[in-house]
Amino acid sequence: MSPTTQAVLQFLQAYWVELVCGVVIVAAVPLVAGYAVLVERKLMADMQARLGPMRVGPHGLLQPIADAVKLLIKEDIIPRDADMLIFWFAPVISMVAALTSMGALYFGPAFRVANDINVGILFVVGVSSLGFLGIILGGWASNSHYSILGAVRSTAQLISYETAGGLAMVSALLLAGTFKIRAIVEVQSQNQVWFIFLAPVGFFMYLVASIAETNRAPFDLPEAESELVAGYMTEYSGFRWALYFLGEYANMIVVASVATTLFLGGWLRPFSNVRWLSWLDFSPVLVLVALGVYCLYRAGKQPVKVQSGFMWAVALGCFAVAALFLTPWIFSPLRFALPGLNGAFWFLLKVSAYIYMFMWLRFTLPRYRFDQLMHLGWYILIPLAIVNVFSVGLALLLEMEFGWNRWLALIVTTILTLGVAAYLVHLNDKRGAAASAAVVASDSYAG
Amino acid sequence: MLDSIVFYFFAGIAVLSAALMVTRRNVMHSAVFLVTTLLSIAGIFLQLRAEFLFVTQIIVYVGGIMVLFIFVIMLVRLDVPLHQMRFRFQRLVALLVAFALGVEVLVILLLARKLPGAGLFVQSTAPVSKLPPNSEELSRTLFSNYLLPFEIASVLLLVAMVGAVVMAKGRKRADES
Repeated sequence: MSPTTQAVLQFLQAYWVELVCGVVIVAAVPLVAGYAVLVERKLMADMQARLGPMRVGPHGLLQPIADAVKLLIKEDIIPRDADMLIFWFAPVISMVAALTSMGALYFGPAFRVANDINVGILFVVGVSSLGFLGIILGGWASNSHYSILGAVRSTAQLISYETAGGLAMVSALLLAGTFKIRAIVEVQSQNQVWFIFLAPVGFFMYLVASIAETNRAPFDLPEAESELVAGYMTEYSGFRWALYFLGEYANMIVVASVATTLFLGGWLRPFSNVRWLSWLDFSPVLVLVALGVYCLYRAGKQPVKVQSGFMWAVALGCFAVAALFLTPWIFSPLRFALPGLNGAFWFLLKVSAYIYMFMWLRFTLPRYRFDQLMHLGWYILIPLAIVNVFSVGLALLLEMEFGWNRWLALIVTTILTLGVAAYLVHLNDKRGAAASAAVVASDSYAG
Repeated sequence: MLDSIVFYFFAGIAVLSAALMVTRRNVMHSAVFLVTTLLSIAGIFLQLRAEFLFVTQIIVYVGGIMVLFIFVIMLVRLDVPLHQMRFRFQRLVALLVAFALGVEVLVILLLARKLPGAGLFVQSTAPVSKLPPNSEELSRTLFSNYLLPFEIASVLLLVAMVGAVVMAKGRKRADES
């Protein structure tokens, strides 16, 4: 064996987990994003009492593949006066930033790329915020009014809401006492409680800020159709547009993963320390088997033979993954893989629930006006976030220095924070009423 | 060896894009090259096992300050100052400053040659496992040994912030009247 091959083998031996997980993430994110779009369309259809995409595959299950092929072979249009170089690589920045930040995340106790970075959570937040450079540069390089207005809006939104989101994260980080992602989840496991119950105000502020940071409705002003066509993406088409789209959905996954890690207990199952609930460890298998059985039930009802065949294939896939989850229980030498598999299941379940909430909010709430968005960010969320950090700090101080019960201290300070929130909302209502009265008074068309 | 490669890679990108940043005529291109300079400096921080500084550099400079820069570039009409009279001695002053900086760097390089471990190759740093955890160590030092300078700096920043708000408010009132 030559020394080069030996070096390569050594490298592979040392880093095979990182390599495999990295490849899996890069390969899976476009697929997941495509199917997230399908879920979103189906969900929207369900809420509006229609069927959604039904033609491509049974129940439209192959729609994302068809969309991807369409985007790949679509004509690529570049505006004549666009700044070519920046126009070309702006979507790439968006995509690369989101994927890079995933490198520091833990999708389960064993499923990670980077091994426990000392500043893990900061790295994720910092690098994923670089994606906005892609939006701003793309909007500027398109040389179009709609694009540049969308880019300016997104920048303003980023600056206002990243502060609030960062401060909301601080409340959980204070409770955890570390930036390491693995350690944050372990602290939640030792305390036997997820941080959402200790810092509920922080979680809800992070929820609002994360919707604004990912440019989703009701805060999707950078791409408001009725005002700006498609915002910063107006001039993009074909594959570059798809890259922006992928970046956006990857960013949603990142934001949901951060929320899951910080507030929802990461890869821990519900009540992870309660012994008699340990049958919950079987839930991945149960869920997958139920899904497979449902697919078989639907397979008989498909109108076309190809479609029922496809349904059979999906069902068999579900059974195969269920068997994969079941093997460690039967075959004891593989028992070591069990926490990893179950952890990944719970983590991805929580991430999906968070993203489901995003979609749900999108179809429920009307879009904000831009000044309302700024008001919410600067007059309510940022002051409240600062108060929240103080109150969590105060609770920890009461616990450590004065020997209070942790729960008592946190309930008292949370009520304090909620009082401040009510006061801020009241103030803002008054100000809003005065402002709209002024607008009506100055509007010559009103009377 | 690896440390040297990483250092020269990031240092090369930093110097190259800094030069490009100064020479580009298009302000947006300059901003992009400034971003790459700042990112490669973050990479050098990482090579020095200062991961907290690395992340702070990305969050504060690239995520915060550069976003504001680009925001201002997009809002301000840049063709206006091009037609105005330029500062006449700019070239002379720039040359003098560049000369002074060059002499300074040369002196430092000459002095550094006498230090132990000097050479073209970067000394590899201690393995991460032997170093104290970065962010913990930093916060401990910052909040114990250097508490007073830290507080003074934060008060200064607060003063600047309040000043900016006051100036912005004052101009708005003048507009309305």
